[in-house]
Amino acid sequence: MSMYKRALLFIFSVTLASIGFVSFAQDTVLKLGSPISEEQLSEFDLIAGPDGAGFPSGSGSAAQGKQVFDTRCAACHALTGEGTSGNTVLVGGDMHSEGSPLRTVGSYWPHASTLFDFIRRAMPADAPKSLTSEEVYQVTAYVLYLNGIVDQNTVINRETLIAIEMPNKDGFIDKNQVR
Amino acid sequence: MTQEKLERVAGNGLLSRRHLLGMGLAGAGSVMTNSALGADAGLQIPSWSKVPGPGASGYGNRSSHTEHMQRMSGNPNPTYPGGGASRSPLAELQGTITPNSLHFERHHAGIPDIDPSMHKLVINGLVRQPLVFDYEDLLKYPMVSKIHFLECSGNSGSLLRPSPADGSAQSLHGLVSCAEWTGIPLSTLLDEAGVDPAAQWVSAVGADAASMGRSVPIDKAMDDVLVALFQNGEPVRPEQGYPMRLFCPGWEGNISVKWLTQLKLTSEPSQFRDETSKYTDTLPDRNSLQFTFPMGTKSLITSPSGQMALNRQGIYQVTGIAWSGRGSIRRVEVSADGGRSWADAEIESHQSDKALARFRIPWEWSGGSAVLQSRATDSEGNVQPTRDAVLADHGRLSSYHNHCIQSWAVNSNGGVANVYV
Repeated sequence: MSMYKRALLFIFSVTLASIGFVSFAQDTVLKLGSPISEEQLSEFDLIAGPDGAGFPSGSGSAAQGKQVFDTRCAACHALTGEGTSGNTVLVGGDMHSEGSPLRTVGSYWPHASTLFDFIRRAMPADAPKSLTSEEVYQVTAYVLYLNGIVDQNTVINRETLIAIEMPNKDGFIDKNQVR
Repeated sequence: MTQEKLERVAGNGLLSRRHLLGMGLAGAGSVMTNSALGADAGLQIPSWSKVPGPGASGYGNRSSHTEHMQRMSGNPNPTYPGGGASRSPLAELQGTITPNSLHFERHHAGIPDIDPSMHKLVINGLVRQPLVFDYEDLLKYPMVSKIHFLECSGNSGSLLRPSPADGSAQSLHGLVSCAEWTGIPLSTLLDEAGVDPAAQWVSAVGADAASMGRSVPIDKAMDDVLVALFQNGEPVRPEQGYPMRLFCPGWEGNISVKWLTQLKLTSEPSQFRDETSKYTDTLPDRNSLQFTFPMGTKSLITSPSGQMALNRQGIYQVTGIAWSGRGSIRRVEVSADGGRSWADAEIESHQSDKALARFRIPWEWSGGSAVLQSRATDSEGNVQPTRDAVLADHGRLSSYHNHCIQSWAVNSNGGVANVYV
């Protein structure tokens, strides 16, 4: 093979290789996710945010929530919400008390939506996700009532819950935004 | 090597790190000679050299002589089923990679028993097309491997208490570990779903009984976050999130959501329980910092360390680990006199970003009292603070994100204890 032919073959090979590489790279952008609709995720997606997104229909009051709370929650949180251990206290506390403040739903939590979101996904601790949406609304209302944030007969639903201003709502600094 | 030739680089017996290379701490060897060989009898061929041992096996076990190395966990709490943590035995490990079986744990509702063929990873919310992925499909994606530390934001929190606990490196600081994590860049999967420009956060949810959730800023999610499928070469262990976990390099541990099953793109954070009620840092003025993601620049002497005993005078290797959530470790200084004088330790690491580095420096203990400390500096110039500086800055109303200098006091009997200076 002449030098000329070898050079030509080399250029040809390099060109082929680079074309091959480009098409290879395009082919390997895998797309293996299967499309799914938000409607199909309505039972799966438990995120209930402070803007009201993700809340199910339904409602409940503290008066209704007392029975559920006493049966399903009081073993750890006590009938009064005062807790049976340091990490099960739900009521009381004052962020401006002397010493280390007791941080509870009433004294610390900045968003009422978090209460519904957490109870629905994680409570009761021995049987998470066993409450109906109605029961979650009822227990949410009852814990707010125990903290003196709503009345016994206030109806808690998506709209009324996210409108609640928690006592410590202004007590947080978003460190991610602080540069 | 004679004592006269040792180069002293800081007070109370610290020696130049140059002596780590080549000399093999000959000074220590000469001190140890008598006790190392025992009786006058010469060395004999040991019994295990006279009988064939067991052959190859399907799955390896460690030596029965190292079974004392265990994670340390608290007692079960009946009001918190499956909740709690276990701590890595830092003083007994070397190098920078934590064995998977000794990697620290933190669970919020125990370890789910997940069948990978039934597990789903969903991406929804502010995307062009919500998607669901199977485990087998995810295994086909191009992956990357990165060595990174993982640290619970509550690690070392007890050092902010008013009096020093009688603790060890493990009990005080064992909520940090380091592994090679292999997985799919999260940006690959988010790109496939098509990120809506309005999306500012990615809410990650696990498939455990707590459905643990954390919100990750989109900038981080598109930068270096992984959907990790492998840990030190093997599938991620159940207690670390099998079949997959989120991994957010350098950030507080629980945002690397285990048993990852959902990623929802949102315009605002979801305000989960574990980013509001927990994992927020109350300051002395009673405001609380939220989304305090990066772990601080930190180091720790693992040997000698709390509850150890030095049983002879002579030369010791002081060694430990250093890490930063904001970069790599550039410098570790060690003091043997409670911070009055410092000397540079040798850093032995891959120098990889947001990973553990191992440091070493020789030290001659002459039998008196000493206070050993280490101080790390990272590639961004962040210097590990003293305990007093952390208390002045953050107070003690919250114990998250403490990265202060640890002080180990050595008394004249050789006992080593956690102290405040």
